[in-house]
Amino acid sequence: MTLNNDSTHISYLEHQGKYKGLLSWLLSTDHKKIGLLYLYSIIVFFFVAAILGLLMRIELIAPGQTIMGPQAYNGMFTIHGVIMIFVIVIPGLAAVFGNFFLPILIGAKDVAFPRLNLFSYYLFLVGAILGVVSQFAGSGPPDTGWTFYVPYSAESSTNVIFALTAAFILGFSSILTGLNFIVTIHRMRAPGMTWFRMPLFPWSLYATAWIQVLATPIVGITLLMVIAERVLNIGFFDPALGGDPVLFQHLFWIYSHPAVYIMILPAMGIVTEIFPTFSQKPVFGYGAIAMSSLAIAFVGYFVWGHHMFTAGISYSSRWFFSFLTFIVAVPSAIKVFNWISTMYGGSIDLKPPLLYAISFIFLFMIGGFTGLTLGSLATNVHVHDTAFVVAHFHYIIFGGMGFAFFAGIHYWFPKMFGKMYNNRIANIAWAINFFGFNVLYFPQFIIGLQGMPRRYFDYLPQFQTGEVISTIGGFILIAGLVLMTYNLIISARRGEKAPSNPWNGVTLEWLIPSPPSLENFDVIPEIKTKPYLFARNQEKSENEIQS
Amino acid sequence: MSGQNHSSAEHYDHDAGKFGMWIFLLTELFLFGGLFLVYAVFRAKYSHDFHEAALELNTFIGTLNTVFLLTSSMTAAMALTAIQNSNRKLAVNLIIITLLFATLFMINKYFEWTHKFDFKIYPGSEVLKNLPRGELLFFGLYYMMTGLHALHVLVGMVLLSVTLFKIRKGTVNSERYLLLENSALYWHLVDLIWIFLFPLLYLIT
Repeated sequence: MTLNNDSTHISYLEHQGKYKGLLSWLLSTDHKKIGLLYLYSIIVFFFVAAILGLLMRIELIAPGQTIMGPQAYNGMFTIHGVIMIFVIVIPGLAAVFGNFFLPILIGAKDVAFPRLNLFSYYLFLVGAILGVVSQFAGSGPPDTGWTFYVPYSAESSTNVIFALTAAFILGFSSILTGLNFIVTIHRMRAPGMTWFRMPLFPWSLYATAWIQVLATPIVGITLLMVIAERVLNIGFFDPALGGDPVLFQHLFWIYSHPAVYIMILPAMGIVTEIFPTFSQKPVFGYGAIAMSSLAIAFVGYFVWGHHMFTAGISYSSRWFFSFLTFIVAVPSAIKVFNWISTMYGGSIDLKPPLLYAISFIFLFMIGGFTGLTLGSLATNVHVHDTAFVVAHFHYIIFGGMGFAFFAGIHYWFPKMFGKMYNNRIANIAWAINFFGFNVLYFPQFIIGLQGMPRRYFDYLPQFQTGEVISTIGGFILIAGLVLMTYNLIISARRGEKAPSNPWNGVTLEWLIPSPPSLENFDVIPEIKTKPYLFARNQEKSENEIQS
Repeated sequence: MSGQNHSSAEHYDHDAGKFGMWIFLLTELFLFGGLFLVYAVFRAKYSHDFHEAALELNTFIGTLNTVFLLTSSMTAAMALTAIQNSNRKLAVNLIIITLLFATLFMINKYFEWTHKFDFKIYPGSEVLKNLPRGELLFFGLYYMMTGLHALHVLVGMVLLSVTLFKIRKGTVNSERYLLLENSALYWHLVDLIWIFLFPLLYLIT
């Protein structure tokens, strides 16, 4: 069975359209090229923000001022947070892998609105650049933290407006991408691909897209209100003018908590693609995984108050939000059980994508359980705003979303670039990353429990052991990241040519050549079975998918 | 656009375009929803001040603007029916009437705002700062909500003008009228938001 005619195959990377050279990338509406544009931009911004993070770690290597003063440190953690959250983690997986693989996985030639897709990318780029510029231009780097809490963000004399505008524009880009994906999934599925024949990565993108569409406008209007407060002196959140700072926290977290699920749901979707392929076994509990994505998206909308347990909200709302926080752990756990059951009894092939996916489960579980510590009312008061929180969300965001990103790039790299990477270097880089990550963040749980506050450039001598270990971990992690990136870049240029299906996967992307042609499929496939039918089912499934 | 141009021209999915627009309108509702939430919180907290401040607004101008917007929404809907019936000339005229009503709305808004400026009622002014906190917040909300709404009126006018141009050129016609339908949908949203703003700010005193 073939979906494509090999003799006339032209890869999307070589396809020449109306424009040549660089313009053929910058003006392309091909979902695959836009996905790569996002990938390259995100890698650049990631290393900018990672270096800011490393500088903070160096500052914390000894008590007192080491390489920067308190004001510079405040600017560093603000911009590190703004770039990492709004530029990398929130759009990251959906924009890169969603753009590249959503249409292919559902058997479509492109997303529903290709030009809107390119427009989203440019909004993203403008927002990201504004975020970086805010560090250098005007009256000094913003020092509010990425959460922009009022009244300080309304009063700080630094460049807060730039950062607020950047976040607003990035939010708009995120809304348009979400809108595009929802319409694509509703309207562009290949004939025969019913909702429950759809692979699970598109399912997770679908849940994510709804959060993007429903939650982002709230933070948009909130940021506009803070801008109005700074520029026009309106005072919605300023107690001196009758406003209410806690109201800001509510509005901010109504978006920013669901945003956590915008980050983690596509990550879960990616590892859900990887486990069946490297176990050569159908995914366990397809329906449960698909529905738990929607459940996480739905319940995740109603837990924002757990960020505000110490902000003076009422007792009844505190236990209500705490209860819902525990509820949201249930669908997450359902997914973990299903991934492990998928591996059980499978023929496991421990390639780099699976290594990253397994470490995703490990790190995500540590992040998740410490999240419950934070979601409990009594313990929250003790660890609120300490390094414990920093460790927790880095385990979720970096250990979860970040490692899933690495899993995804190692899984789909042969398809995206048509080249194989060096397995040995990839394995070594994985080991360094995994080790460095834990050395970097685990000590922060301990010093956090002992009382080390977050966002302080200085600390009591008793925390020094933990801080030094953590900084060493930072250097190890950076080394691993550089090695991994180096391996991928070299392989993209000089790697062995990749076959169309290097991992024996069975979803649609593995049935077309590597790299795909401009329109993905010469003939739109007709889907007649559930996804993930392997081995003894494989012959049957191949016969049933007719071209 | 590299090589995609002809294939995207072939790919014309009216329902997908409309579906996308509805989702976008949903996000607009959530955007204003944030402001409505803030309004509700402060209205509950400062109900007396809100009552006093709302008396300052000119209900006549507000009513007039409501009539303008409602009528323009009707003419926008009629323009869509006209284009579906291949009556290009009528559609063009109806859109021009819609744009005229929109302009009248903005002129009215301009006089309403400048009239308040004359009394030194604008964000950050000394007069406002000496008012009770609730009245201050009411006027803050008034400017923020009507300002954001006016911005949407302007965007809607630009959209309708582009559509007008394309109808004249013939690229929007009885076969392909998605742009007109979406612009009209957007215009109805602008209208709908005003229908909520008008009683919240002018009528409930």
